[in-house]
Amino acid sequence: MSEIVLEIKNLTRRFGVFTAVDALTLSVNSGEIFGLLGSNGAGKTTTIKMLTTLLPPSAGEARVAGFSITNQAVNVRRAIGYVPQAVSVDGSLTGYENLLIFAKLYDLPHREQQGRIREALKFMGLTADGGRLVGQYSGGMVRRLEIAQATLHRPRVLFLDEPTVGLDPIARDTVWKLLVDLRANFGTTLFFTTHYLEEAESHCDRMAIMHLGKMAALGTCKELEASLGGGAHTLSEVFVHYAGTALDAGGNFRDVSAERATAQRLG
Amino acid sequence: MTATFIHPLTAFLEKTFVITEFELRKLRHDFTELITRALQPALWLLIFGQVFSRSGAMHTGNIPYLDFIAPGILAQSVLFVAIFYGINVIWERDLGIVQKFLASPTPRAALVLGKGFSAGIRSLSQTAIVYGLSLLLGVKLNWSPLALLNVLLIVVLAATLFSTFSLIIACIVKTRERFMGVGQVLTMPLFFASNAIYPTDIMPGWLKVISHLNPLTYVVDALRTFMLTDSTSTFGSGLDYAVIFLTTTILVFIGARLYPRLAV
Repeated sequence: MSEIVLEIKNLTRRFGVFTAVDALTLSVNSGEIFGLLGSNGAGKTTTIKMLTTLLPPSAGEARVAGFSITNQAVNVRRAIGYVPQAVSVDGSLTGYENLLIFAKLYDLPHREQQGRIREALKFMGLTADGGRLVGQYSGGMVRRLEIAQATLHRPRVLFLDEPTVGLDPIARDTVWKLLVDLRANFGTTLFFTTHYLEEAESHCDRMAIMHLGKMAALGTCKELEASLGGGAHTLSEVFVHYAGTALDAGGNFRDVSAERATAQRLG
Repeated sequence: MTATFIHPLTAFLEKTFVITEFELRKLRHDFTELITRALQPALWLLIFGQVFSRSGAMHTGNIPYLDFIAPGILAQSVLFVAIFYGINVIWERDLGIVQKFLASPTPRAALVLGKGFSAGIRSLSQTAIVYGLSLLLGVKLNWSPLALLNVLLIVVLAATLFSTFSLIIACIVKTRERFMGVGQVLTMPLFFASNAIYPTDIMPGWLKVISHLNPLTYVVDALRTFMLTDSTSTFGSGLDYAVIFLTTTILVFIGARLYPRLAV
């Protein structure tokens, strides 16, 4: 049994009378690739925001790398990397500069900074573009730079909110190859949300399906497919079974417009 | 024991300057902003200043009207640019930049103060313009290094103060449309209820009271003291500095409390 790096207990977030995340309980092992699936508005982003200490929970608790998200927020922040759904690097700076600022904010020792940045650019296939303004990057390059920025300090857990939204299939494959390499090289635990079932199917060790703020299912892809019983099922059938037909859900205006804006910026 | 006391403070300042560096590096790639900042003070000094100076309508004691308003226009131009600083933060929120910074271990107050300082340093371009124009218009400027240093310091502090105020508004209203509305509503009252273009002596009593609560008044008073050769401070530069420092500190504190709201 490997070490638990993320432990969530009854995590709940309410906005007024609306419960966005309802008593979520699950744990993730060190080095695992864990996917959080669900329709728009299912509570995936709210969950990630609580785990990255951006949003205080209304009830419940979570420990990331052994630290409480409510009492030890600064320790949690040191232990994690975060790639938000929206574009989080600055287009008016070069790729190198974007990395340099984060190297300094995460207290990388001065003499290691240059080496670490060079290594990160190389790992992400951006060596030739480090000196260019990010505003001139393609969508796939922006995402790779964001992942480089979020992993410069070698976090134990990397949170990614819809990491491949708005990317073309080739760029998506490249991003996933790099994420899998990150785990292989540094043992980074990956916790991500996605709409793309085929990504979850090919890359996740385990996944959870959220529906209306609650966890509807949890397990490996095979376990979930078997859970429906009676013959072979695809992951889409599993998704429809647990998350409904999704016609009633769909997120609010701000979520949807933010997601489309991101897709437009990256695409 | 002192080490444990000094460490958090130096770490805080270090992070503040990293944020300032982040903001200022953008200028290296695109410095047009520094030029557009120059336009407004030029108009005020060359047109408004010249006309009012000829009319002789304002009684500004022993100093000519143009000399009187030169520091006022500098303060005004710092205010007008800084008060819209918050729009950048809203833009960074609509992207994911604010969220990424907030998920890093950087102290919130360093995020806020670092941005404020960068606005302060950007305002130095307006100082250069106002000094250049003043020289052209024959304003009697005090060129002693100590006086110049004080002017630079006050400009940086004033821009930090008003840009932090702007950031607080951005954290509260969160959208560009509402922010622009609030910004417009605030600038003119702050400007007119100050001693920037007329002395407080000629104000009606109620306005005088308001002007004494307005930090811009103390910024103008301090600038006037150090920029001109023969001007005396109304409040004393000690009080001016105290008001500016204290207001900035309080605003940074409030800003640090409100900044995480942008990630929600």
